[in-house]
Amino acid sequence: MNTVAPLTAARGLALETVGMTKIFGSLVALDDVSISIKPGEFHALLGENGAGKSTLVKCIMGFYQPTKGALIVDGVKQTIATPSAARDAGIGMVYQHFTLVPCLTAAENMVISRSDVPVVINWAKEIKALEAFMDRMPFRVRLDVPVSSLSAGEKQKLEILKQLYLDQRFLILDEPTSVLTPAEADEILGLLHDMAKRGEITVLMITHKFREVTAFSDTVSVLRRGKMVGGGKVSEITIDEMSRMMIGETVIRKSAGRVADVKSKTHLELTAVYVDDNEGMPAVEAVDLRVHGGEIVGIAGVSGNGQSELVEALSGQRPLKDGRIFINGKPFEATRNDYDKFKVFGLPEEPLRNAAVRRMSVAENIALRSFDKPPVAGLGWWLKPSAMRAKATELIGTYRIKTPSPDTPIENLSGGNVQRAVLARELSGDVKVLIVANPCFGLDFASVAEIRAQIIDQRNRGAAVLLVSEDLDEILELSDRVAVMSGGRITHIAPIAQADRNTIGKYMAGH
Amino acid sequence: MADITTGTFGTGVSTVRWRAGLEKIAIPLGALVVSALLFSVFLLALGKNPLTFYALIWQGGFSSFFSIQNTLQRAAPLILTGLAFAVPATIGLTMIGAEGALVLGGFAAAAIAVPLVVAEAPVVLTMLIMVVFAMSAGAMLTMIAGWLRHARGVNETISSLLLTYIAVATMNFFVEGILRDPNSANKPSTVPIGDAYKVGAIPGTDVHWGLAAGLVLAVLLYFLMFRTTFGFAARVTGGNPRAALAQGLPVGKLILACAAISGACAGLAGYYEVAAIHGQANASLVAGYGFTGILVAFLARQNPLAIVPVAILFGALDASGGLIQRRMDLPDATIQVLQGLIFVVLLTSETLTGRIRFFQPGIGK
Repeated sequence: MNTVAPLTAARGLALETVGMTKIFGSLVALDDVSISIKPGEFHALLGENGAGKSTLVKCIMGFYQPTKGALIVDGVKQTIATPSAARDAGIGMVYQHFTLVPCLTAAENMVISRSDVPVVINWAKEIKALEAFMDRMPFRVRLDVPVSSLSAGEKQKLEILKQLYLDQRFLILDEPTSVLTPAEADEILGLLHDMAKRGEITVLMITHKFREVTAFSDTVSVLRRGKMVGGGKVSEITIDEMSRMMIGETVIRKSAGRVADVKSKTHLELTAVYVDDNEGMPAVEAVDLRVHGGEIVGIAGVSGNGQSELVEALSGQRPLKDGRIFINGKPFEATRNDYDKFKVFGLPEEPLRNAAVRRMSVAENIALRSFDKPPVAGLGWWLKPSAMRAKATELIGTYRIKTPSPDTPIENLSGGNVQRAVLARELSGDVKVLIVANPCFGLDFASVAEIRAQIIDQRNRGAAVLLVSEDLDEILELSDRVAVMSGGRITHIAPIAQADRNTIGKYMAGH
Repeated sequence: MADITTGTFGTGVSTVRWRAGLEKIAIPLGALVVSALLFSVFLLALGKNPLTFYALIWQGGFSSFFSIQNTLQRAAPLILTGLAFAVPATIGLTMIGAEGALVLGGFAAAAIAVPLVVAEAPVVLTMLIMVVFAMSAGAMLTMIAGWLRHARGVNETISSLLLTYIAVATMNFFVEGILRDPNSANKPSTVPIGDAYKVGAIPGTDVHWGLAAGLVLAVLLYFLMFRTTFGFAARVTGGNPRAALAQGLPVGKLILACAAISGACAGLAGYYEVAAIHGQANASLVAGYGFTGILVAFLARQNPLAIVPVAILFGALDASGGLIQRRMDLPDATIQVLQGLIFVVLLTSETLTGRIRFFQPGIGK
């Protein structure tokens, strides 16, 4: 790859924001943020969810108009009114999720993304031009197969190639590695890093992974609550310092210590479980798994390898095609009776989608598990709203749920507080089996620490915990045993002491 | 519990409930006002005086004992068909088949009455059997749509609409065939049930008992949906089916039950149309009450209690139609234009929910 000719004429752009401020109503999402990125720099934008990273990027891309502040591209002050204006200015963005048309080929995806697509496309000519373009790129993707048949890593490469093909020399990457295996992530970031080093592009990468900052970035800016709180050369800042800048003074709950050898009679057992996806194709195949009480079994895997279907099957949202689930040796079905009988609880991913009813109040959402039992239900069917509110008020206090009142619709709460309300509902009773899926996705540090501590706590009290997560760090931090799911099967399982990142990464990639 | 205010901040509890409640009334009310204004423009374009129009609605709907009775008479089936839309809407089903359930219910009641009347069966027993047949027939029709939805994923709006055509065709098939009264020359009908078997008026009025049935059902269904575990489970399912499944709620049974309640309400409306108004089943049953009920339920925001005043309002519109036609020389369809306008404005206004700052105290602080 060393023989690659430098890109013709095109060079990375410099970009600078001056006092960028964005106010939504009474919320100051971005407060006087000035960052300066030199041509050919790989710049990381670090911050928690809600810190203002996306807002800043959306102001640069023309999705939002900043309330105050200016944008300077290559020394010229620019007003970017729309995303297409950003494109004309040479600023391109790669989103967290793919924006390719799955049924079209890579070539078709690239050509149709241009702003000057002719009415009749001369494909022979375009393909030739694309081949020539690919030859100048440090990495390539097959042009003639539908995008749907590419792997996640290839799709992400294609997203980047598309931006380069459009001649975007300032690339914004929004958490680009969340859909990739560790190896794919390293490869792609490495290639971009090299391209930036040669001055061919400038990169601004949104991330919350310190490793990606230290390994690939030249400079870093840290945002907290809309404000720029620090930054500089990556080589001059330690991870500890970056983490302190991100979190600020917030007290992070220390994880309760892991109790060794918890005595518990509970065990959850899956035998030969098969589940189909929405299209009726097999998503989970022949999964056998045993989770003991006092143990957390973490299932790692790249998104879309059957984990969400498995969790849905365990939580009654999707039928089992074949196989059985046993708890303590007795058959379990995902019905309300069995949930209560075996004391099965769950923390699903995206609580507003899976665990809460948006329009219903916080109190009603907290009562989802208990509304048909005393004291909320009299005679077995008569609701007592006062009892419901009393219970909710108590849990709102103990779980520190920030809400204007128990009667506020839960959709008005922040993500962390919605998850806390679900936590209060699911974990405040006696828990024997706990099914957890990506519980911390999109939450701030304090909430993440709180939720992880609660999960460990349930384990210590003897619950059998099944944790499915796309965040490998979370799996490694919480699990007693680690399983890897790939192509719908459990391909690897090891006690945490013997689990190492590389082996797991290989199995995640399906090798 | 250390301190119950730990998690709460800002505005007091009562304000939150009060303002959230106000939003539910203010938005539909605002939609009504906007529709009235838009309709005024329509009238002005026709060269008519809008003030005269609204005055006539008042006069035809509410100004005298006679007009109030006329209004209530027309409101009675609307309460029931409004409920028929509102109950499944609570569980997330947009069922527009109340018209079909009404027709089929009315037809079933009229059909079962034929042999009973011939046999001179006791009046109360006959009425009871007719009611049961009407409600079951209506329920069966809507349950087909509910079952198709749950078991096969068929869109319940389409299926319930198509089932309405099937219901009307079924009635026509029998009424023009083996159940046709030989004396009904111009308008094929079933044999009349006779005055002895008809439902009378509420004492002191000309309004039939269907109004009372509607009021009782509205109250009962309000309590069912908002104060029982069944209603709670239905609201959870309607609000988020995935969460309902994850809570192990019997979603299929809940859907069938709500569909059954819907059809039973509409079927009961059909019973009163036969037993209190027409005395027999014929094409007059297809009067559009089922479809106006959708509008009533929408304006009432699916709240069974609110359906009552809204149904009365639409009853008044209906009742004043004749008067408006005569006095203002406007075509009969004018009222339908107004109804259609209200529906469009109402659907548009739904998007305002949660967007108006005043109704959302404590947010964004």
